[in-house]
Amino acid sequence: MSAAAPPLAVPALALRDLEVEYRVRGVWRQVLRGVTLSIADGESYGLVGESGCGKSTAAYAVVNYLPRNGRISGGSIEVAGADLADMSERDVRRMRAERVGMVYQNPGGALNPTIRVGDQVAEVYTLAGTEEKLAHERVEGILAKVQIADPGSVMRRYPHQLSGGMQQRVVIAMALAKDPTLLVLDEPTTGLDATVEAEVLDLVSALRQEFGTSVLFISHNLDVITRMCDRVGVLYAGRLVEEGPVDAVFNDPRHPYAVGLLRCIPRGGVRKDRERLDTIPGFPPPLGAELPTCVYVDRCALAQDICSKEAPPFHDLGSGRHSRCHFWEQAHELPRAEPPVPVPSSVDQDAAPVVRAENLSKTFKQDGHEIHAVEEIALALRPGETLGLVGESGSGKTTLARLLLGLTEPDEGSIVELDGKPVAGKIANRDREQVRALQIVFQNPDAALNRRFSIHRIIGRAITKLLGTTGREREERLVELAHSVRFDIRLISVRPAQLSGGLKQRVAIARAFAGEPRVVVCDEPTSALDVSVQAAILNLLADLQTDKKVAYLFISHDLGVVRYLSDRIAVLYLGRLMELGPAERVFRPPHHPYTEALLSSIPGEQGERRERIRLEGEIPSAANPPTGCVFHTRCPRKWGDICAQEQPPLKEYEPGHFMRCHIPLEELAGKQGVTPDGSPTGDGRAPTVRAADEAG
Amino acid sequence: MSVPGQPLSSAFDEALAGTPAAAGPVRDKGGSARREQFARLRRSKTFIAGAAIIGFWVLCAIFGSLVVQDPLAANPIGDLQAPSVDHLFGTDRLGRDVFARVIVGAQGILITAPLATVLGTVLGTVLGLVTGYFRGAVDDVLSRIIDAFLALPVTIVGMLAIVALGPSKLTVICVVGLVFAPIIARTVRAAVLGEREMDYVAAARLRNERTSYVLFAEILPNVMGPVMVEFTVRLGYAVFAIATLSFLGFGIQPPAPDWGLQVAEHYGLINGGFWWAVLFPAAAITSLVIAVNLVADGVTQAFER
Repeated sequence: MSAAAPPLAVPALALRDLEVEYRVRGVWRQVLRGVTLSIADGESYGLVGESGCGKSTAAYAVVNYLPRNGRISGGSIEVAGADLADMSERDVRRMRAERVGMVYQNPGGALNPTIRVGDQVAEVYTLAGTEEKLAHERVEGILAKVQIADPGSVMRRYPHQLSGGMQQRVVIAMALAKDPTLLVLDEPTTGLDATVEAEVLDLVSALRQEFGTSVLFISHNLDVITRMCDRVGVLYAGRLVEEGPVDAVFNDPRHPYAVGLLRCIPRGGVRKDRERLDTIPGFPPPLGAELPTCVYVDRCALAQDICSKEAPPFHDLGSGRHSRCHFWEQAHELPRAEPPVPVPSSVDQDAAPVVRAENLSKTFKQDGHEIHAVEEIALALRPGETLGLVGESGSGKTTLARLLLGLTEPDEGSIVELDGKPVAGKIANRDREQVRALQIVFQNPDAALNRRFSIHRIIGRAITKLLGTTGREREERLVELAHSVRFDIRLISVRPAQLSGGLKQRVAIARAFAGEPRVVVCDEPTSALDVSVQAAILNLLADLQTDKKVAYLFISHDLGVVRYLSDRIAVLYLGRLMELGPAERVFRPPHHPYTEALLSSIPGEQGERRERIRLEGEIPSAANPPTGCVFHTRCPRKWGDICAQEQPPLKEYEPGHFMRCHIPLEELAGKQGVTPDGSPTGDGRAPTVRAADEAG
Repeated sequence: MSVPGQPLSSAFDEALAGTPAAAGPVRDKGGSARREQFARLRRSKTFIAGAAIIGFWVLCAIFGSLVVQDPLAANPIGDLQAPSVDHLFGTDRLGRDVFARVIVGAQGILITAPLATVLGTVLGTVLGLVTGYFRGAVDDVLSRIIDAFLALPVTIVGMLAIVALGPSKLTVICVVGLVFAPIIARTVRAAVLGEREMDYVAAARLRNERTSYVLFAEILPNVMGPVMVEFTVRLGYAVFAIATLSFLGFGIQPPAPDWGLQVAEHYGLINGGFWWAVLFPAAAITSLVIAVNLVADGVTQAFER
């Protein structure tokens, strides 16, 4: 039994000095460098760290399920007291089948697309020796347990006929079907919408209570870890650098890496006008690098001579906390890599809008059905302003962006204006000035950069086409652009595949800025990046905005990021504008019930956890939207029959703050625990409600 | 960190994420995907074996006539001699040296088959790019025409065309090329359907690039993998189809030395025990088809991950 295990109980999982190597191009490279941790019976343990630090490797190693080029080269793994090294391959397989449940990031990939859901889940039982008929009965039970409303019909369906959230529930059902001792969750909610994520996490919590299962929870999302875990371990370069109770570690980290990581994340309502995000300088060490001393020494601002001479021990800080740093007592004094100065606001309040849309709609036709992807949206962006666009997937965020850009042609009657002059709906009918004025940074730089082109060609072509410059002038402009996005000009002749995610995104940003754009759509520009890289990219975007007075339409599902960067926020649901207003105003009650539900998934300004508002059911189909207020079918604050009968108008409650809701402001504010002007209940001042020009 | 919608991040991916790309500055400048593919090709045993056989036939086609006897020299009194030191593969019914005719006979097929395949690949690629990119009415009309073409058996079309136009190398090349084009178009179209949804295409449209630029400069390089695979696979079929047309008398005309023709001229004599005049040219056809298929296998493995 591990020494670190709590007394009187065998830990559900104990790793001792676990070392894992991968063979890459004929060389064994170390990925895990002696990881020691133990998860007590019924405990939930979170593992955090950036990509490449070995999180998933640890998860796979637990069940000895490494890829073919991987091997466990040292240390031991004990599941419920049984050492994996003492087991035959058959026993390991049996242990995997009976004691450990695993849930991976992509539920679509974990389910066999050719087997009906019911048969697939039943396999778990039949493999354990249950009779087929009995197995099917049990499947119905377990699917009901994971809150699938109609298990009978879901069992007959194929995985692709289920939504992402439903699929993940089925995977969780399969993992739980064998009543495991240990449940390993590897990024189970990454890729799911905030509202769906909330449901899945609630489900896991509830099931944990019921089954008493121990959990190893791997995620890059610190909010999720905070919500789900008792203890957390921070992994860096295959080594556990800090460990302790979740709240203690996240509120008072004691390792410079953990400190830096936490400063990279826009948390607790921080905004760009308050302070710049901090970043972590340098890059993580390459796979299998020789790291005889402290693994973090190259990037650590606190490093002294001793750090590169002696590997720090895993200091015991008391109350269950450990830090692998010689200077853990000073970790919180880690100097910032970026000065904590605010980013000056670049919004010109008096300037005329650079882009304005009115009555913007898009109806797709599919199999004779009309799908109103975007309906009667009106919005405007001033120079230097950031408008955040939030909503679940399927709410029309990306379609709206594509309409503005001209990639999708809007319905007749829609108006898009640039500097007060209407522009054609189709990009092919726009002139060069109009084309270069509106550009985009895509979510995934791998898809957005042509993998057969050099960086030089990618950026150079954009300069030629958008500015019309060639020859020496073009080269000069290219150097200037690379410099402005802080891209090393020496890398200009390589192809995208040779660059890291952050550098690729810098190239994409350089391309968007090649033609001196007036408006840049940022479509989830950082969701594919690690948090430290995300911080650098967000800082870059903010700097470029200050410099060039460009307006951003910023789409993101990460509300912390949206809040950090946005001046105003638009909330979209089923292609309709639900709320539009200054960022601070939208984030503070009273706000639209839908906004309220979205926001309940992130911690509040003081980092306090809020009660999560669960939206029932799936987002309705845009082909057949609900009558009246489109949100009424899921609205937790549904007011009355009027909600289902009449579409509420977009009313202006305060200058610049619009909402589409029937509930009178006083009542809405009361329900959300504030006065109509947003201060905590107590002082009641009548709000000025006036009908605004309805969008459309 | 992890991306929504990214494929299941396996531990293996994570392992790769720690390689130079994730580590930041480039350290491996020669690691482009294309170069990697060619390196894989060079290591492939099937590819090397196939390439060696093809190389042998290419040498025969170019230098063969300098080494062997005159393939056209008839010798009425020395007809149908069994293989001997003088005539390694024996002589045919006109007393011509079979060895010389097999060696020099490589010329015809090594010119017509690749040219026909190139024609088919170029046409098919253009067709595939256009149908895949535009979708809609253009795609519907062209795709139905392609389907109609696919229903026609190559030999029948070949016979009809050659009957109508008269036999010549050019006709054979055009016929085989045209018959192959729709098949290649279908493969390319499928690849283009995936590429056109990629954001780099949207980015090109946001620069108001001409459609021809988007198709041939942006998308084409990204579908070259399937095109290369299709080319090599089709080359094998082309050898086979052209030999078949020759055998049926619709290809290269006598007295030129040609494998298919040689088999056609002599297969009736097999029962008389004169196997050599059929076996050796038939073996030549077989070896070339197999060689091209070995190369195609190697290319498929290297280019289709």
